[in-house]
Amino acid sequence: MIGPYYRPQLTSLLSITHRASGVLLSVVGAPLMLWWIVAVASGPQSYRAVAAFFDSWPGLLILAACLLSLSYHLFNGIRHLVWDTGRALDLRSAYTGGWLVLIAAVLLTAVLLGVLT
Amino acid sequence: MSMTNPLARARGQGSAKSGVHHWFAQRVSAVMLIFLVAWLVYAAFALAGADHAAARSFLAQPFNTALAILLVVALLYHAMLGLQVVIEDYVHQPALELVLHFLTRAGAYFGMALGIVQLLRIAVGT
Repeated sequence: MIGPYYRPQLTSLLSITHRASGVLLSVVGAPLMLWWIVAVASGPQSYRAVAAFFDSWPGLLILAACLLSLSYHLFNGIRHLVWDTGRALDLRSAYTGGWLVLIAAVLLTAVLLGVLT
Repeated sequence: MSMTNPLARARGQGSAKSGVHHWFAQRVSAVMLIFLVAWLVYAAFALAGADHAAARSFLAQPFNTALAILLVVALLYHAMLGLQVVIEDYVHQPALELVLHFLTRAGAYFGMALGIVQLLRIAVGT
């Protein structure tokens, strides 16, 4: 998708974003979740350290990126599962579904950020 | 006319009957994760602003412990399969590719073990 003749399109951008969000969740999101679980198991002091991290600006930014990635990957993953059944494969549905996924992802991210911060 | 490449026929190697295994495993874990992430969203609401004691007692409830363990295992398994494909697609240096495949698998299995042990610790209160 890179080169002098490539014109950005919603479909291809969403496709690469699915991969990018998956990589971010694997490399950053999952370790953070495990860190939180270890902190809960270890005691109040460790737990406060994790809570303090997520209260800081870098921590909040990373949390927001993970929540957005999770929301997007979840909804776009459902879009992929629909495609796997052979449905909604025409161009029109690909765009409609793409916009729906984006809207749903932003909404869920906003709700989760609102709840958690 | 056979659709098989003559060389492939000579070697007697077609599909090793695991052709769709990776694809299918990725989707099975994806469907499980839809439900498990729904639980995670519920957990986020339940734990909003929770202190350590509240988080601990939430995760110590047997149903929550079980789902949290399932979430850790399914998520890391799904991540492992996904990262494998990304590495296969974009890393073309054999030595580096091998190392990354190893790190992906080792990291995922280590994370599963760590998550299960820590969640069981929370459940039994040690």
